[in-house]
Amino acid sequence: MSGFSIGGLDLVGDVEHLLSYHFMLNALRAGTIVAVLAGAIGYFMVLRRQSFAGHTLAVIGFPGAAGATWLGLSASLGYYGFCLAGALAIAALPAAGRLTAGLGGYGDESAVIGTVQAFALACGFLFVSLYKGFLSGLTGLLFGSITGVSDGQVLALLVAGAGCLLALLALGRPLLFSSIDSDVARARGVPVRLVGTAFLLVLAVAAAGASQITGSLLVFALLVTPAATASRLTARPLPGLLLSVLIAVAVTWLGEGIAFYSPYPIGFWVTTLAFSSFLLATGYRHGIDRLGRRRPATPRGERRGEVAA
Amino acid sequence: MTALLAADPVTGLASMLSQPFVRNALVGGTAIAALSGLVGYFVVLRGQVFAGDALSHVAYAGALAALAAGIDLRFGLFAATIGVGLLLGLLGGRGTADDVVIGTTFAWVLGLGVLFLALYTASGSTDNGVANVNVLFGSIFGISTAAATTAAWIAAGLIAVLLLIARPLLFASVDPTVAAARGVPVRLLGPLFLAILGATVGEASQAVGALLVFGLLAAPAAAAQRLTADPWRALGLAVALAVLAMWAGVALAYAAPALPPSFTIVGLAAAEFAAATLYRGLLRPLPT
Repeated sequence: MSGFSIGGLDLVGDVEHLLSYHFMLNALRAGTIVAVLAGAIGYFMVLRRQSFAGHTLAVIGFPGAAGATWLGLSASLGYYGFCLAGALAIAALPAAGRLTAGLGGYGDESAVIGTVQAFALACGFLFVSLYKGFLSGLTGLLFGSITGVSDGQVLALLVAGAGCLLALLALGRPLLFSSIDSDVARARGVPVRLVGTAFLLVLAVAAAGASQITGSLLVFALLVTPAATASRLTARPLPGLLLSVLIAVAVTWLGEGIAFYSPYPIGFWVTTLAFSSFLLATGYRHGIDRLGRRRPATPRGERRGEVAA
Repeated sequence: MTALLAADPVTGLASMLSQPFVRNALVGGTAIAALSGLVGYFVVLRGQVFAGDALSHVAYAGALAALAAGIDLRFGLFAATIGVGLLLGLLGGRGTADDVVIGTTFAWVLGLGVLFLALYTASGSTDNGVANVNVLFGSIFGISTAAATTAAWIAAGLIAVLLLIARPLLFASVDPTVAAARGVPVRLLGPLFLAILGATVGEASQAVGALLVFGLLAAPAAAAQRLTADPWRALGLAVALAVLAMWAGVALAYAAPALPPSFTIVGLAAAEFAAATLYRGLLRPLPT
């Protein structure tokens, strides 16, 4: 993987060379599924201001996988089991705290999430220590090993991903409605609480599936960054959602491609590309806002975009 | 295992305390736990738990950057956490540093951490993998006498600063608008507190590791909040609960070597929180 330098600018040839390796093909397949999933679900996570809950769900798979490995079970079982249990636990918290669990919200409920997160990670460390000789696997669990993806894993991820997207599609409008204005949605008869719980479960399945490829610590980057970038660029839900998916897929492909030809790890490239796109989008948003301020008669459509900024 | 349990408790305790690595753990750990309990209470009160989460990831990247550069790990640790804490505070002053910005930024910082990990492990032996695990999950039994003393002095200094600003900070945390109207420098206190939080995360990382800092920050404070509504009493209680979790955790890990100390400390802190929640649930809700 390392030590291969690019001679000239033969991009087509480079891509063909890259695709001639089966492990890279699988990495791209898995990466694409993870990116589409994270881009779509992350968009709602950002819209609902549930970044902290999303981060906790992302890391909670680690003790699950470590525990399952220690007991001799399949790691996938641990990922899904722990993430789903975590989602139910967070959903059981009082609604007011859950929605504002972040900076400036009710600190108490986010303290509960934080305590759960720390305890889960501590359990993960315990399982790793109890399972001797597992130390090298620890880095894989935390930071992923996208180059070691098997055909079976791709298939399992595809099934989980398709299920998540179908569930998201079914939730669609009520979810969007209750994410943007939960009070009005409740008054109109949307079962806000149920929709919220269902969304957390979808988020949990997506996080568990993605963690097996990207590792527990880096799945959050794909969940939050493309969605944050998209919401800087447009305030309209559907284009925002598509843009988020597009950015996630683009940074994953680019990141995997660059990582193949560089000695540095894929996690670094994907997060850096994603963060660069976020910075560019933020700069673009500031530029638009300054232009808007200079010209008092701005079209209403553009002003509306400020809500997202 | 038998050293502490088989003989009578006094002898067991004396033999435990005669071990230098236990004494170091207790010297450094007590100061770090007291600081974490104190800072954690304000973190919970101010609703900045997610910022603490972000800083713990920054601590990881900073420590590994220092390791990759071949300098003392603590330089990278403190430079990164205090710097990012100040940055978050200054951005937050304009009311724009929301959870999405924090999340996006620390996700990238973690990516940097992976890069430094790759640089560091590429240059060395398997010992480097162990160092990586220590940064992530701590190794309080591996702390040297010098490191424990330094950590204790830094913690003492931070506690002094925090106690000095405790009253205005409490006021500014509970009602920033009224506090600002009364002449409390709210805009100054915010970044200052986040810088202290950054330094605390750096301190606590040495004891329980970057990923488990939360156990010492959030759990004792949230437990204290469930037990009393009085802010000063809750502050004292948060400190006491954090120190208790540290002492009991160190003793338990010493008695049962299979359990890593980071797990026992964080596990006991979480248990304190669970017990406080149960206790509050059985009695009537807190009068406010």
